[in-house]
Amino acid sequence: MTGTATPAAARTTPEPAAQSHRVSTMRRFLSDRMAVAAVVYLVLLILAAVFAPVLAPADPIAQDLAKRLTPPDGTYLLGTDDLGRDQLSRLLYGARVSLLAALEAVAVGVVVGVPLGALAGYVGGRVDTVIGRVMDSIMSIPGIMLALTAVAVLGRDITIAMMAIGVVLVPQFQRLVRASTQALRNETFVEASRTIGCSRSRILLRHILPNVLPVLVVQMSVMLGVAVTAEASLSFLGVGVQPPAPSWGSMLNNAVANTFTAPYLIYPPGLAITLTVLALALVGDGLRKATSIRRRSGEGR
Amino acid sequence: MVPLVARRVLITVPLVVVVSFLVFLMIDLVPGDPAVKLAGENASAERIEAIREQLHLADPLLTRYLTWLGGSVTGDLGRSFVTNQEVGGLLWTALGATASLVLVTAVLMVVIGLVLGITAAVNHGRAADRIVVALCSVLVATPSFWLALLLVVFFAVDYAIFPAIGFVPLTEDPARWLYHLVLPGLALSARPSAELTLQLRAALTEVLQRDFVTAASARGLTRAQIVGKHALKNAAVPAVTVLGFRLAEIIGGAVVIETVFSLPGLGPLMVQSVLGGDVPVILGIVVLTMLWVALFNLLTDLSYLYLNPKART
Repeated sequence: MTGTATPAAARTTPEPAAQSHRVSTMRRFLSDRMAVAAVVYLVLLILAAVFAPVLAPADPIAQDLAKRLTPPDGTYLLGTDDLGRDQLSRLLYGARVSLLAALEAVAVGVVVGVPLGALAGYVGGRVDTVIGRVMDSIMSIPGIMLALTAVAVLGRDITIAMMAIGVVLVPQFQRLVRASTQALRNETFVEASRTIGCSRSRILLRHILPNVLPVLVVQMSVMLGVAVTAEASLSFLGVGVQPPAPSWGSMLNNAVANTFTAPYLIYPPGLAITLTVLALALVGDGLRKATSIRRRSGEGR
Repeated sequence: MVPLVARRVLITVPLVVVVSFLVFLMIDLVPGDPAVKLAGENASAERIEAIREQLHLADPLLTRYLTWLGGSVTGDLGRSFVTNQEVGGLLWTALGATASLVLVTAVLMVVIGLVLGITAAVNHGRAADRIVVALCSVLVATPSFWLALLLVVFFAVDYAIFPAIGFVPLTEDPARWLYHLVLPGLALSARPSAELTLQLRAALTEVLQRDFVTAASARGLTRAQIVGKHALKNAAVPAVTVLGFRLAEIIGGAVVIETVFSLPGLGPLMVQSVLGGDVPVILGIVVLTMLWVALFNLLTDLSYLYLNPKART
């Protein structure tokens, strides 16, 4: 009941419109129980990744061949792999590696895609056509193929692989921002800023970007999920995170060789990936629903 | 139709040229001599020189590239650095397994998508609908290769119903061909099937609320007749679009699934070549992939024209 007190107050007392928008958006998001559960999971996951050195019961790369392939028990809560490494510790440290790798890819997508989208949407014309062609081209190469090629040419390294995944994410952000910018370009408040002589960069940064932000955050959430899966796939194939470093994908790579003798190895990393991707999608969904009521236009769909 | 084909060709041809050139260029920039690598340890200087000569590594970059490009147009993609086999032949063999997997996956996608999508739409808002939506949300988040491992543990290790690895060509024995492709097909189709289901559910739910459906049921048509004869036709356009685009990008997912099940397709060939630095094979697979994506995108565009008379001009 305490949750409804603030919004009620916000409605009765005259407050700046932006503030009450924010409050009601927040309230709508909080009423979505799945989205809230997803946020709780993600916060716990980030805490687990940050405090892995404190939480992990063992060194994630320490081998103990005498204890190899021990099924889950009191000492090894998730068992050990074929080199006797504690799986719980590897899962916790793996969260760091997997999440950081996903962030790298999404950062590339945002840093390159957002400016290109704003430019194409605001300027239009030939610039838009050329950028659009390049985006079409990028979209005709599956991410995993581009990452494999990059790794083959530039070396086996997770950062190189995730940069390649980031390149594939660029069109996802470019198209979204382009559509939103196009819709906003002719809104009255933008035309007004143009009339009073605001520079193009000021309009883009101060007026367009804040209005694009909600859809951008939703897209980032979904794309983080895509990147987590991509990291897992590449490390699973042996071309991403290199041994002995743990990541959820490389743990599964290691588990495959022992499918018949130690099937318990495949559950924790796979479940971690699935739950994380699901949580990111649910947060994205929740945010989309909570923010879509207040937006009049600018949705890219 | 002609402009659509022209547009795809205009995107694809320069793309293939630019990407293959980039790969050539990067190989040149990266330290390390492929000839030294291929000759193996303790190779004599003459042996290295012989390999360099054989692969034309001493030629200028542009000459080498144009030679490769000229050859690839006539179907000659060079020879593998590692096995010295013709790249064209390697790709053709691998494509057989990959195309088999994609065919089975496509059939599963359509069947699963139709069954679940229709079930959800006709039970809109009821328990069956909510179960389908929840199931699909989870499947969309599940990595295909992990699902593959789960299927292997259940159907191959715990209950030896389906084989965990291996491939039998269709021409050899169609029954065993299918038998070996059930688990890989299920794993690869799970995610796109879920997306197709959600798309079909949304479209069909919307169509079922239109006036002509009410009119049809007032005329006494059964639910099955309405859904099968009238509603599905209207809901098909977005669903077929999803199907087409997923089949275009499925070649990426196939790489991982083929590796799990040891199917002799493009996936394991690509991974082997990446790990072994076998550049001619990598180039061949990259080009083939881009052509695959272009072809399925084109087919999707064309199916859109066919299914949606309004889009025809």
